[in-house]
Amino acid sequence: MAINNIWVFAQVSNGAPTSASLELVTKARSLGGSVSVWVAGDGSSVAGSLGEHGATKVFAVDYGSNLAGAAVASAMKSVIDGGDSPDLVMFPQSYEGRDVMARLSVKLDRTVLTNNIDVAASGDSVTVTTPIFGGNTLVSTTFTGGAPYLAAFRPKSFAPEASGGAAAAVQAVSVPDLGATGTAKVTAVHVEETTGPKLDEADIVVSGGRGLGESAKYEMVEQLAKLLKGAPGASRAIVDAGWVPYSYQVGQTGKVVKPSVYIAAGISGATQHMVGMKGSKNIIAINKDKEAPIFGIADLGIVGDVHKVLPKLIEALQGR
Amino acid sequence: MNIIVCVKQIPDPANPGALDGNNALKRDGKLILDESDSYGVEMALQLVDAAGGGEVSLVSMAPNSETAGLRTALAMGAAKAVLVSDPALQGSDALTTAKILAAAVKRLGGADLIIAATESSDGYTGTVPEQMAEVLGLPSVTFAKKVSIDGGVLKADRQTEAGYDEVTCPLPALISVTAGVVEPRYPSFKGIMAAKSKPVDEVKASDLGVTPVGWDGAGQKITNVAQAEARAAGEVIEDDGEAFGKIVAFLEGLKVI
Repeated sequence: MAINNIWVFAQVSNGAPTSASLELVTKARSLGGSVSVWVAGDGSSVAGSLGEHGATKVFAVDYGSNLAGAAVASAMKSVIDGGDSPDLVMFPQSYEGRDVMARLSVKLDRTVLTNNIDVAASGDSVTVTTPIFGGNTLVSTTFTGGAPYLAAFRPKSFAPEASGGAAAAVQAVSVPDLGATGTAKVTAVHVEETTGPKLDEADIVVSGGRGLGESAKYEMVEQLAKLLKGAPGASRAIVDAGWVPYSYQVGQTGKVVKPSVYIAAGISGATQHMVGMKGSKNIIAINKDKEAPIFGIADLGIVGDVHKVLPKLIEALQGR
Repeated sequence: MNIIVCVKQIPDPANPGALDGNNALKRDGKLILDESDSYGVEMALQLVDAAGGGEVSLVSMAPNSETAGLRTALAMGAAKAVLVSDPALQGSDALTTAKILAAAVKRLGGADLIIAATESSDGYTGTVPEQMAEVLGLPSVTFAKKVSIDGGVLKADRQTEAGYDEVTCPLPALISVTAGVVEPRYPSFKGIMAAKSKPVDEVKASDLGVTPVGWDGAGQKITNVAQAEARAAGEVIEDDGEAFGKIVAFLEGLKVI
């Protein structure tokens, strides 16, 4: 036996699979065997790009106003009960991905391993790699018990690469009766207009922390991010304080980012934060405390007051 | 309105984490309430207040019988707790944790609403709330950032990749709440004194009928632990009023501006 049949749960945004999803399809292809991708809604619009990255089949689930977790996990279970059982199911570490894998793990009575950055298959066993303690330690974990193995991966763990495959065949899967678990319904969808790139896909990220002093000063972070065509982020401290929403959080809990340039403004560098940005190619840190741990990993560290450095930096960039 | 909040007692995140001989996270010594859970406790207290009656209970799981973190949540205003404390639980995976907590919820006779954080600050698997909902056969709204209850129906704004969804859900249900959604109260002196005598029902995994647990029940085995390549520090300079120029030059060097 080997890892012959791999499923990938893909997120679709604006009619196209997200790059995090294409990364997983690419990686799944490299493990050998066949790759089938699960998407919400109409599969025909994404069958082309998914096929190009190595998928041979698309399972399309139209779950209407249901939440993805209960609906997609039930649809997956029905296909497994029908005899098509995967050896490995890969999920992006996204809101939807986490819900689907959690529900499926209970239905199959299988463990889940999350926050992974790598996966390897050997014979019929699968081993994943997970960074812990702010990324300074890497843990390898092998699934025991039987397949299907369920694993979630952080964005940017792999590079998406087209293989020139033909469009994947689309198979519609209906949602079984969900009983009580299907009573949560989406009544309205709000898309928050962001002018810049997405936080976990941006080439430049500017994050603010407690050193900003007060919520209103976060505006400087947004302004700088905009000038650099990057995305604004935040430390957990200011998310907890309610200055910015959870979706801005960079860290162990929150988003993991790997931009070319990461600017940390008024962030001391708690372990929880560093794990989410340590993979950045270049790190610039501005902090008042010269003992701040962030300086230990910064390529350029400025010991100074963000209230003085940021306005001057913004002004200099505006003048260009 | 009776609400159960899942809380975790964790090693102080201010201290560096370490692994024990079994490659499990070291959890000996003093454990504190995971700050992520203080939002759920606060939200539960507010929802019970708004409903005009009922109580907030806690469920928690730990390999030892530490209660310091639970006492903090009791001091905030929760009425009682079930603590599943058992050395046999060490090494349990997220699925076993969800089964244990779901059984603890049943031991309390269930509730109108169960609240958890989106993930713990120490282990952060991030699947336990939704796994509990599935074990209990309940609808769920994860990543809720605004929650209200009206006439037995929960309304929540749920974080999504693109923005947020408005979701409605009949009770009983389970929700996970993101950090910063409410401002957790500080326990009052009176609350702290009262918490000392509030009931904490300490049970073993076997009392709940969940087997296997711990390393035996985990569908995973740690096969290697390695140090990641360290990142070297670069240049650190004191701002003399002109340090912004260094940043501009650095960005120019990278050709991003």
